[in-house]
Parts: sequence; structure tokens; C-alpha cells
Amino acid sequence: MIITRPRDWSRIIENLESIGARRVFLMGCGQCATVAHTGGEPELRETAERLGEAGYEVTGWTVGEVTCHLNGTKLERRKHQEAIDAADAVLVLACGAGVQTTADAIAKPVFPGLESLFLGTVIRNGVFEERCQTCGDCVLDKTAGICPVTTCPKGLLNGPCGGMWNGMCEVLTDRECTHVRIRKRLAEQGRTGKGTLAPKDFSTALKPGAVNIRDRKDER
Amino acid sequence: MSRLRDKLEAGEFVVTGEVAPPKGADLASMHAAVDILAPHCDALNVTDNQGATLHLSSLAASKAILDRGVEPIFQQTCRDRNRLALQSDLLAAWSLGLENVLMVTGDDPRAGDHPNAKGVFDLDSTQLAQVAVGMNEGRDMMGHELKGATGFYIGGAMFPEAEPWDVQLARTEQKIEAGIRFFQTQAVFDMDKLERAVEAVRPLGAKIIASVLVIKSPGVIRFVNEHLAGLMIPDAIADRIRSAADPAEEAVLLAAEQVREIRQIADGVHVMPLGLDLAIGRILGEG
Repeated sequence: MIITRPRDWSRIIENLESIGARRVFLMGCGQCATVAHTGGEPELRETAERLGEAGYEVTGWTVGEVTCHLNGTKLERRKHQEAIDAADAVLVLACGAGVQTTADAIAKPVFPGLESLFLGTVIRNGVFEERCQTCGDCVLDKTAGICPVTTCPKGLLNGPCGGMWNGMCEVLTDRECTHVRIRKRLAEQGRTGKGTLAPKDFSTALKPGAVNIRDRKDER
Repeated sequence: MSRLRDKLEAGEFVVTGEVAPPKGADLASMHAAVDILAPHCDALNVTDNQGATLHLSSLAASKAILDRGVEPIFQQTCRDRNRLALQSDLLAAWSLGLENVLMVTGDDPRAGDHPNAKGVFDLDSTQLAQVAVGMNEGRDMMGHELKGATGFYIGGAMFPEAEPWDVQLARTEQKIEAGIRFFQTQAVFDMDKLERAVEAVRPLGAKIIASVLVIKSPGVIRFVNEHLAGLMIPDAIADRIRSAADPAEEAVLLAAEQVREIRQIADGVHVMPLGLDLAIGRILGEG
């Protein structure tokens, strides 16, 4: 899931003030931002209250089911058309994809209420760790299901580097070295891990990414 | 021709030293160090933005010491350049007459003087060694033919004291398979561990140059143990320096003892005098 954190409040206020907005509609997201406790119902209520205290009028709010889904967000707009029409701006408590979908669906100034951080794993409720770079050239088959591109701070495919000490990482000194973990797990599974992983193909990660599954069906 | 390669491959013991390019455009201080160290060494390493701090490039500094009649070991880290720049610099290095290269990962930018820099690490040190092997065979990393092949003597870093050893050993074997012919080690304090490393590496055809760090003061111990990744000075050695009446003198004696032992174990010694450059003759036991 996409891990987010609340955007600095002063930046949110600065954004609203930049267009002289007094009335604000709030959009949350029922997926990642709800799980991350940044854009679910409790966070929207809290933000509405805070905006009220700061002298803004909140014309309405909704937690979109999947805010990054364009048609779903357009449907959400129709459900709340009146409150949205009454607003000067929309503040979105979702990831950057959700903010952009909202900006496409609603013809009003749209501002981000969160900062998007990474594609993460929920270790336990409220504890998230980055595990995937969405690089498009997966090496997990060779690295025992541990991503060196993401979890090695240098992103080395072959390691450990010279900074490893007693199995620990040079940069994040309280963490076990990714490459030690990989080699240990491969050995536990009776896999050799011999050879050198080839340089990554970064052309698969060129921006902006786009996939059209309809084309893919034609290729089959 | 690379004297380093000729001597190592002929089974002769080699001595290497190390100089840092200046932080700035004035080469005088580097040349002063070169003039002291070079008469005692077969080759001098020229570091590449060491400690992730900005310095004049290793490429230019290596060429400058070559012009002074000294054989350089051009160090290349993977931190600051992508695969195009790394290959371009390798071609430049060969065209300038630099024959020895040492491929290292490079410290993380967060450890240096530009902590906001993006660490590149497009390639890692093993992949970079493979690239240099390809260039020696006349092709770039995409397999395209080069106008003029290189002939590098390719080195890498090794860490005889870093645990777990089985991981280190597998890593070293991987580097040899990738084409690394000689290793320069992290500073060695435990000669048994050096022996273990040499015994493992020699049958695979690679050479080991073991490093000696001259610990001139208790301040160096603090710096190494607190700030240098991948290295810890053991208590027994730290205590010897700390309790010495003249720590610098004790450091020279200690380093000389280590050099004597290394001569019996490894294929060469790499001296890091850390400011005690003038003592290099005594450290090497030259009488």
C-alpha cells in the first residue's frame, strides 16, 4: 500500500490562503490512507474540526472508496455535488495519485493534505516499512524474497558493501544488512546464490509509467 | 606497463600507499605526500571523493601523479556516477595511461559533506569490475565494440575481519569470478583472520594486499570506531596506543610489527600512514 503522512499544517493553510479560500470540501480515501490512519473517517473529522477552528467553513466531506480510481471519484463528486459547488477548494487526504484523480474529477482548486512516502508493508497496525520500489525489473526470485533495491540503503544488487559490520548495515546501523539476510535465507533454503546479479534495467522504471491491459489482451 | 601487476603476478611482495586528492584545485599538498610516500611504494591509491566528501577527481589526480613518475591506482566508487559516466571515465583513464583500477562501492552520501546528495549506485562494485573486464576485451557493457580496448589491472576491496565470514568469503569469491585480480583489504589487526582470508583467496588466483592503519593518537581510535563504517580497532591495540607515553611513536612501532607479519602472510602491504608519512621507511622496516 501507499504510505502517507499528514502534510505540514502551515503548508495546507498557505495553499488555501494562496487563492483566498474560505470554504473547503474534504476528500479522504477508503484504501491506503485509511489503513495508514491519515485519510480515513477519523482523520477527516479531525481535519474538519481543525479547519473550523482556523476560521474556515467545511462545506462537506467524504471518504472515497478508492480515491485513485477516476470513475469512482467522479461518482463521489456527483454524490456530493452541492457541497463541492459551495466550496472554494478541495483538500485531499489521500496519496498523490488520489489528489490527481480528484483534480481530474473536480473542476476546483485541489490541494494535497498528505505527503506520499513509499510503497510499504504493514508490519503491524501503524507500523509501515518500505519494501518495493515498483522498479519493473523484479529480482526477488534471486534474492530469497528480500528486495535489495529497496531495503539496502545503497540499493546494491550484489553485496554486502564494505560498511557491513557484524552482519549489520553501515547506514541504518540498527538493522541487519540486507545482503547478509539474503545470503542467510538462500543458504537456509539450500540455494547457492552464486554468480553476480546483472545491472538493473532502469528503462522499465522510466516515468511516467502507463499500462493498458486492453492492449495486453490483444497481444495474447 | 603496470608494475603492480608485474610484481604481484610474478609472486613478488608489493607495497602500496594512498593519497587523497585535495579539496580544491591546488595539488601542492597531494604532491608533497606523493613525494614522501612514492619512493617506498610500488603504487599509490588515489581516493575517489573518500568518505563521500568532495575532493578533486581521482581521475585527474591519478594522471597528475603519473606525470610525476609515480604509478597510481585509480579508485572508482559507484556512488557518484551512473554507468555511462563510469564507463566514460574508465576509457578516459586508459587513454591517460592509468592501468590499475580499484572498484569500490563508496560510502553513503549521508556520511559525507554533501548529505543531501543522491547516491547513484547505478552499478555495484562487482558489476563495475565486470564492465572493466568487458572493456579489456574490447566491448562496452551493452556488448558494443569499442574503438580500442583497455588493459586494466582490476582490483577490489576485501574485509578479512568483517563477520559473518561465510558471507564475506562468498562475496570475495563472487568478486574474483567477476574478474577482480587483486584485493586491497580494510585495515587488518588480527593476523589469524588475514591468514584465513589469504588461504581462501590464493587458490582462486587472486592476490591480497593487506592494509596497515597507523593509529597515531587516541583521537584516531575514537574517529575510526565511531565514524568509519566497516572497521573497529580492537581493545588490546587501542589500549596499547592510549597508554603509550608517545602514542605516535608507539603507532609506528605497532605498524612496523604488523608489516613484518603481513610480509609472511600476504602478497603485499598497503600503508595508511594517516599523517605520519615521514615514518613510512621505519614502518616498512627499511632500516
